[in-house]
Amino acid sequence: MQTHEFDVIIVGAGGAGMRAALESSTRARTAVLTKLYPTRSHTGAAQGGMCAALANVEEDNWEWHTFDTVKGGDYLVDQDAAEIMCKEAIDAVLDLEKMGLPFNRTPEGRIDQRRFGGHTRNHGEAAVRRSCYAADRTGHMILQTLYQSCIKEGVEFYNEFYVLDILLNEETGEPVAAGVVAYELATGEIHLFKAKSIIFATGGFGKVFKTTSNAHTLTGDGMGIIWRKGLPLEDMEFYQFHPTGLAGLGVLLTEGARGEGGILRNAAGERFMERVAPTIKDLAPRDMIARAMVQEVREGRGAGPHKDYVYLDLTHLPKEQIESKLPDITEFSRTYLGVDPVTELVPVFPTAHYAMGGIPTNVETEVLRDNVNIVPGLYAAGEVACVSVHGANRLGTNSLLDINVFGKRAGVAAANYANSVSHVDLPHDSQGQTIALVEQLRSSTGGERVAPLRRALQETMDMNAQVYRTEVTLKQALIDVQGLRERYKNVSIQDKGTRYNTDLLEAIELGFLLDLAEVLVVSALERKESRGGHAREDYPARDDVNFMRHTMATRKIDAQGEEYVHLDYKPVSVTNYQPMERKY
Amino acid sequence: MTTTVVAEVLVEPQSNVTPVVMPETPVPVATDVTFRIRRYQPDFDEEPHWVDYTVALYPTDRVLTALEKIKGEQDGSLTFRRSCAHGVCGSDAMRINGRNRLACKTLVKDIDISKPITVEAIKGLPLEKDLVVDMEPFFAAYRQVLPFLMPEGHEPTKERIQSAEERARFDDTTKCILCAACTTSCPVFWTNEQYFGPAAIVAAHRFIFDSRDAGANARLEVLNDKEGVWRCRTTFNCTDACPRGIEITKAIAEVKQALIFRRI
Repeated sequence: MQTHEFDVIIVGAGGAGMRAALESSTRARTAVLTKLYPTRSHTGAAQGGMCAALANVEEDNWEWHTFDTVKGGDYLVDQDAAEIMCKEAIDAVLDLEKMGLPFNRTPEGRIDQRRFGGHTRNHGEAAVRRSCYAADRTGHMILQTLYQSCIKEGVEFYNEFYVLDILLNEETGEPVAAGVVAYELATGEIHLFKAKSIIFATGGFGKVFKTTSNAHTLTGDGMGIIWRKGLPLEDMEFYQFHPTGLAGLGVLLTEGARGEGGILRNAAGERFMERVAPTIKDLAPRDMIARAMVQEVREGRGAGPHKDYVYLDLTHLPKEQIESKLPDITEFSRTYLGVDPVTELVPVFPTAHYAMGGIPTNVETEVLRDNVNIVPGLYAAGEVACVSVHGANRLGTNSLLDINVFGKRAGVAAANYANSVSHVDLPHDSQGQTIALVEQLRSSTGGERVAPLRRALQETMDMNAQVYRTEVTLKQALIDVQGLRERYKNVSIQDKGTRYNTDLLEAIELGFLLDLAEVLVVSALERKESRGGHAREDYPARDDVNFMRHTMATRKIDAQGEEYVHLDYKPVSVTNYQPMERKY
Repeated sequence: MTTTVVAEVLVEPQSNVTPVVMPETPVPVATDVTFRIRRYQPDFDEEPHWVDYTVALYPTDRVLTALEKIKGEQDGSLTFRRSCAHGVCGSDAMRINGRNRLACKTLVKDIDISKPITVEAIKGLPLEKDLVVDMEPFFAAYRQVLPFLMPEGHEPTKERIQSAEERARFDDTTKCILCAACTTSCPVFWTNEQYFGPAAIVAAHRFIFDSRDAGANARLEVLNDKEGVWRCRTTFNCTDACPRGIEITKAIAEVKQALIFRRI
């Protein structure tokens, strides 16, 4: 076992992790640990843009952006956090441009902007051009630009180091960050990283679902580690289903396609969003569109041989516009479905996309251990975190914004904290639990295999905890997930080697997915209302009296020694906007 | 079919146009496909060797799907890198039937399945296990060409101004996902691992031709090295291999031109 000592450890090298690293590494001795290579991170799959009220092409201001974010999030957004994000958005975009990000340009040579779902002028009057973009590969450009800047600044990366545990010093009775334990994929060796500050930037857990835009690697490791430490997870029932996944595959087609003028149609060719959101139609927020699409299919207006999808129609747009502004999704559609968006309608259906919930933090990105108190030295930013700027439904582009604004804040805060304290002692036998986990999996002779369990998990989650939910479906999902957790105890792997043991890696990842699926389902069962991405058919209305509050889920052990999901609630931070009906 | 041609996107197209009639999609059938994979388990094997696996696949399945199925259902020790599964993260470049491809962008219907499909690790980088190679030499070459913006003068208050034409000048080379398909298809790189390789030159091109950058000379000095751009023998393997459709050989030629004339 090797031991390393740093001021700041960043776990995850996507947008949030690398944005944090750029701030932290110039202030304090920093290392970035990633289970991939930085450029493989899923930030690179983001397409449509990053909103900021630059007002480069039409009148706009950050207060309108804040209002849209709060309303888009169905009033579960912490409004102080949304204000910070929308205000700092402008510098966040300019920072990226100064690092070299090749944004599309206006005829005057300024950063160009386009429309996006839920982003409006003057509190909902009409769609506004707010999204700064680089064709339909904005996430790719952000990831590349941040990685390039990290090379420029000499940021130290530990690639293919899979962090399996966080170490907390509890000598004072309250947890303080002390370090992390990582498994080096190349060698199978365990490494101990001692640190004053730790930033979690590990992304989401989309692989709990079968149809998803998420990468194979998005298995909720960061949230899972925090969960197993008995720290809370916030609003885990709020999961976003992106309306336009390639039907049957889930591959993302950007909302920017509708920002450029694309239209959703049912089998009869009807533009059904006119019925649902008469003002902004196909640019309504994602939760509303996803529900409308499912309704079209349920009511028999779906397209295709099984009437199980709708169409994205770009055929009225000039070929040149499609190929210059939307080249990647055009290629995805051609490659994976054999459909040419220039002349044909593209089959689409909602795909699991983004976790609004995650590790609760305050606006300084400090991780909360309850509704008020923080864990000193522990930070989280990006999809893994819940600030909460997305509330019950994230607006398109606000994720790229989130990683840049709160990634930067995390880097500054973690470095400043590290420079003001000394290392705390690591707890006794720091690596013991991780070694036991790895050895148990490697030596297990149980009869269960990873792939069938993972498939069963994804199938029940798609069937029972997707766009629409009821008590019946959620209870079924809970029974299924708990059954799978039992079976997981007998999981074994075939690769008994030490080097690049991805069989072992996938088994560990599945454990995190199972934990988080249960948290999602239990949180969803208890939220007896419909709000944003959480649509309960048995409770179709939003209930501000009982449920305008964040869910805080914590792992507890009962008298029989069985673990269970304990739920508590946290008030929403309201500054300027009182809840009102969400019409578009 | 009705196609509404609009002058610009602001114009709302008519609401209820006739739907485009989609051709009836035939119900796809799964077929048994055999993959011949070059396996190497460093903990147990002396030498790499070929192993056959047969999996039932639909024509629209990706080679990556086949590898996932083999790993999940037949042999959990089969090792490969993958992440996004739709061609944007660059994890799963490999040699499929002797050509560098991304496994997630290669569909069964586009390859000849009448005989076993060979799958092996990309060439020219140290083989670590099965389809996994050591990527460090590849990223080391990338870092050497100074792949970051080096602007001159004071930072502007807002963004730097760049015209759409200036932006278009280097658009092609911004698409690179660092999958290494180009570099490891290059015969020069196979015989001389000191050569920077096409991907690093693509990265240099992306900045050399960016109007906001002032570091072209520093990068050109690096590439003027004997292991630099002059090693390129214009075999076009890199362009053929690029899953992003970047005209790599052209980019390399533009860098050579810039070196000769010292003019961007």
